[in-house]
Amino acid sequence: MNVQRRGGWLAAYSALVFAFLYLPIAVLILYSFNGPGVGGFPPRDLTLHWYRVLFEDEAIWSSVLNSVMVALVAVVLALLIGTPAALALDRTNFPGKALFRRLVLLPLILPGIITGLSLLMLCVFSGFELSLVTIALGHGTALIAVATTEVFAGLQKFDRRQEEASLDLGANYWQTFWRITLPNLKLSIIGAALLIFTLSMDEIAVSFFLVGRENTLPLEIWSRLRRGMTPEINAVSTIIFLFSLFTIIIWYRIRTRGQAQEMLAASIIQGENP
Amino acid sequence: MYSKGYKVAVTAPPLFWVTLFLLFAYVILFAHSFWSVRDGQIAREFTLANYKQIATSPLYLQVLFRSMKIAGTVTLLALLLAYPVAYYVSFQARHKNLLYQLIIVPLWVSYLVRAYAWKTILGSDGVLNTSLQFLHVTHGPVSALLYSPFAVVLTLTHIYTPFAFLPIFASLEHVPRNLVEASQDLGAAPLQTFRRVILPLSLPGVIAGATFAFVLSLGDFLAPLLVGGPSGIMISNIVVSLFGAAYDWPLGAAISLCMLVLVVALLFATERLEKRYSYQ
Repeated sequence: MNVQRRGGWLAAYSALVFAFLYLPIAVLILYSFNGPGVGGFPPRDLTLHWYRVLFEDEAIWSSVLNSVMVALVAVVLALLIGTPAALALDRTNFPGKALFRRLVLLPLILPGIITGLSLLMLCVFSGFELSLVTIALGHGTALIAVATTEVFAGLQKFDRRQEEASLDLGANYWQTFWRITLPNLKLSIIGAALLIFTLSMDEIAVSFFLVGRENTLPLEIWSRLRRGMTPEINAVSTIIFLFSLFTIIIWYRIRTRGQAQEMLAASIIQGENP
Repeated sequence: MYSKGYKVAVTAPPLFWVTLFLLFAYVILFAHSFWSVRDGQIAREFTLANYKQIATSPLYLQVLFRSMKIAGTVTLLALLLAYPVAYYVSFQARHKNLLYQLIIVPLWVSYLVRAYAWKTILGSDGVLNTSLQFLHVTHGPVSALLYSPFAVVLTLTHIYTPFAFLPIFASLEHVPRNLVEASQDLGAAPLQTFRRVILPLSLPGVIAGATFAFVLSLGDFLAPLLVGGPSGIMISNIVVSLFGAAYDWPLGAAISLCMLVLVVALLFATERLEKRYSYQ
C-alpha cells in the first residue's frame, strides 16, 4: 500500500544511500582490472593480469582450502548443536532457559573480539594448541546462534500434529525425528548451512585470535594488506564478493519460500523468542 | 506430548556445549581480569590492580571515550541513512522486495572486502584523491582522508548501516496501515501523521538498530587498524596489543570484561525500552 506519496526527494535520498552502499564495492571490482595498480584515476590499461597472478598464487589457494575445511566443520558443528537447541527452546522448559537462550544468541550481537578472546583463553587454559581446529571450533560455537534462529523459525511454521500422528501410529521418537521432524525442517537447515558457511568463510575477528600456523583466506588477505595493496587483493575480494552474493541469494530464496519477511537479525533483538 | 527422554536428549547436548564453550569461556575471561603478569608468567592470584589501572590511566579512559564517540557517531549516521530508506522502501517504493534484498546483501558480504574497499578509495594515491586531482579540485593528495577517525567513522557507517536498516524496516512493516489511514482521514498533515503515528510506532526498531550499530562498531578493531592510523585507535586495538606484543592478558581481559559488561547492560536497557514502546 502506498501512503503519503509525495515528491521524489525521499526516492532521491534513498538512491544516494544505495550509491553509498554499493559504490565502494563497485570501485573495488573495477580496480581489480586496473593494470598499473590500486588507485589512480581514471582506471587504465584494463587487464586480467591480476586474476592470472591470483590463480598462480599457491599461498592464497591453500588458505582457501583451509577456509573451506573450517567452514564445513563449523557448519556441521553449529547444526549439530543449534538444531537441538532450537528444539529445546521450542519444546522444553528447564531452569535457566532464559539464560541459555541469551548465551546462545550472544555471539551474534557481541563484538567478535570478545568471543575470540574468551575462546583463546579457554584454549590456552585447557592446553589446547591453536590450529585450524580451534578456528573451526570458534566459528562453530559463535554461529550456533544462526542455526538456532533459522531452525526455530522453521519450527514455528511446522504442524506438530504430524509428530503426534507419527507417535500415535507407533513410531518411536527417534523414527519420528528422522521421518517427520527433520524432513519438515529441511529448508531451514539448508538455509542455515548456507548462511553459516558464508559467514565462516568471511569471518576474521574470531579467527584472528584462534589462528595457529595455517591461515584462513581472510587472515591471509589481512597479512598481505599490511605489506601493501595490489590489485591481486581486489581480484580475490571480487571473487569473494561474487561468491557471497551467490550464496546469499540462494539462502534468501530458500528463506522466503512461503514465509513473510521476518529477518534473522531483527528477530534476535526484537522478539522474546529467537 | 514429548517424553522426558526426548526433552533431555534435545536439551543436554546444546546445554553442555554452550556451558563449556560460552559460559565457561566468559568465566575464564572474568578470572583472568583479576590476575596479573609476573616475570612474563600469568600469576593466578586475586588482585584488583588491572581495574585500578584502567580507572586511573588517562590513556585507557581517553581511548574508551574516543571509541564511544566514534561508535555514537556511526550509530547516528547509520540511523540517518537507514531510517529514510526504510521508510521509503516500506511505504512508497514500487519494487519493495528487490530494494529490501539490495540492502541486506551487503550485510552478509565480507566485512574485510568492504573495509578494504574504503582503504583503496581513501588512500593518498587512492581513487578519491586521484579523482579529485584529475578533476582539478585539489592539486596534491589530501592526506587527511585515510588514517583518521573520519576514515574509521566512514568505513564503520558503511558496514553497519544495513544492520540498522533491518530492524527499522521490520518495525515500519508492522505499523498498522489502518492507523495511518485513520490519521490521514482525521485531517492530519503528512508530517503530523509521521511524527505522531509512524515514528512512535517504529521506535522499537530504531532502538534495536541503534543497539546493533553501536555495539558492533564499539568493539571493532579491524577497521581502525586498516584505515584508522594512530589517531583512530579504538579500545579493542588496545586489547589486541595487550594480547599480542605487550603480553598483558590480565589487563586485556579486564578491559574486555568492561566492554562485555557495557554491552550486556546496553542490551538489557534497550530491550526494556523496546518493550515500553512496542505497540502490542
